[in-house]
Amino acid sequence: MHIKQLSVFLEDRSGRLTELTRILAVNDINITALSVAETADYGIVRMVVGRPELAKDVLEKAGFSIGLTDVVCINMPDQPGSLYNILEILTNNSINVDYMYAFSNNDVALAVIRAADIQRVTEVLDRNRLKLLSQSDIYQL
Amino acid sequence: MQELQSSKFNCMVKRMYNNVPFYRLKFDEIGLKPDDIKDIEQLKDLPFTTKNDLRDNYPFGLFTVPQSDVVRIHASSGTTGKPTVVGYTHSDIEVWAEVVARSLTMAGIHSGDTIQIAYGYGPFTGGLGLHYGAEKIGATVIPISTGNTKKQLQFMTDFKATVLACTPSYAAHLGECIANDGISPDDIKLRIGVFGAEPWTNELRCQIENLLSLKAFDIYGLSEVIGPGVSMECECQCGNHVFEDHFIPEIIDPETLEVLPDGEIGELVFTTVSKMAMPLLRYRTRDLTRLHREKCDCGRTLVRMEKCLGRTDDMLIIRGVNVFPSQIESVLMDMSEITPHYQIIVRRENNLDTMEILVEVDQKNWSDSIRELEGIRRRIDNNIKSMLGIGAKIRLVEPNTIERSEGKAKRVIDYRK
Repeated sequence: MHIKQLSVFLEDRSGRLTELTRILAVNDINITALSVAETADYGIVRMVVGRPELAKDVLEKAGFSIGLTDVVCINMPDQPGSLYNILEILTNNSINVDYMYAFSNNDVALAVIRAADIQRVTEVLDRNRLKLLSQSDIYQL
Repeated sequence: MQELQSSKFNCMVKRMYNNVPFYRLKFDEIGLKPDDIKDIEQLKDLPFTTKNDLRDNYPFGLFTVPQSDVVRIHASSGTTGKPTVVGYTHSDIEVWAEVVARSLTMAGIHSGDTIQIAYGYGPFTGGLGLHYGAEKIGATVIPISTGNTKKQLQFMTDFKATVLACTPSYAAHLGECIANDGISPDDIKLRIGVFGAEPWTNELRCQIENLLSLKAFDIYGLSEVIGPGVSMECECQCGNHVFEDHFIPEIIDPETLEVLPDGEIGELVFTTVSKMAMPLLRYRTRDLTRLHREKCDCGRTLVRMEKCLGRTDDMLIIRGVNVFPSQIESVLMDMSEITPHYQIIVRRENNLDTMEILVEVDQKNWSDSIRELEGIRRRIDNNIKSMLGIGAKIRLVEPNTIERSEGKAKRVIDYRK
């Protein structure tokens, strides 16, 4: 099962990220994970949020360029070798990772992974009994 | 045609010589009297008129009739210096309405159509020019003028406008607003667009036609000559037909001032043989284009002028290379990932000219992969380099950050001036 990641195109201008998070705050939307990829002139903010459709709506109304991208969010034990185990499976199945971001807290580690054929990623990981988070899992985080 | 032009030409020269000291001086300088001028062929021997001559004779110095005969005055925006003033007699207004009526008919517009005129009404010739021509053919006119985009869209849907007349950049903006406001395409009844007052490319034409589901036609004109309706595209869209019974076009080399043969690109010059209040002799438009005299597939024999490449004063010289904003537009409009809005910023840094082009990413249709965004940037960069021979810095910006214009778009900011 995959989830919807919110992608936002941001110009490299002071205050834009603040404005973005302000809009999410006033709409009571929680951010579970966030990463910023930057170039010289612009950046792409990628986020996993509780209510992605609502977030897209309110941000578009505020004039932001928003995309919803299919990604998988993997729940794994917070211990050496967890990520290696997952990436080895993907490599053995010839799946190329476009980008990913990960964090761990207490005993749990979460990794968000984007690859071209997300349906196949889901199948491969399911087959290997890895725990993928659903949108409602995220909402409860 | 030549006989008609010659007889009108002779009358015009007489009026000029007898009533305007400026012209009398010019004719005396080359030793010609009005009676020596009988044939339109002699046009090439006569002096030019420039925008500066209009400014020097501000406001009414070039009128050939007493002011009591002048029924209307228009003036161009004049961003630098004094505005350019033009006057019209009753018969001038009649000629103007006639050429605009012909233009609209050429695009396939007739009584029964509802024309939303979103050109500015006022001293600018766009609004009132289109207005009189549209009334003449018996169409229903919505004289909404520019601005107030919400009201534009409301009138367009509620009054079922079938024709939109405005600048191409504003047409693109209206098209985007329709898409963003979630207005159903079924509620838009537009079938024809009449766009002009700024240079635009065929690529922008395609974008506007897609956004508004209409067929877009180019109308050309300038207030000094009469306003919109100097020339117009027919359904073949292979150049604009010039209404040569009123406006005689020539193409000259802007450096040597020699007349160039048909088919060669140069500066467009007009002589207005019908105008009474303020006729112009060989007026230099600063527009660059070329003329074609072969018969058009539509059957009309009127000479055609190609879409203007740009005005000589729009031309940027960047590191010694001539650059027209229209060339950059044609590169950008070919790409679906960006909006039809752009801005060119020119600076001089350490004695070197730099050109930066701001391009808006499309709010809906963009990729969140840096590789793809950088790919778009590189593609624009390469295409510009291969078209102009010089590089530019391409900057992707957020949607709606480039200022929208309701009249003529401000495409270039040149900090070197």
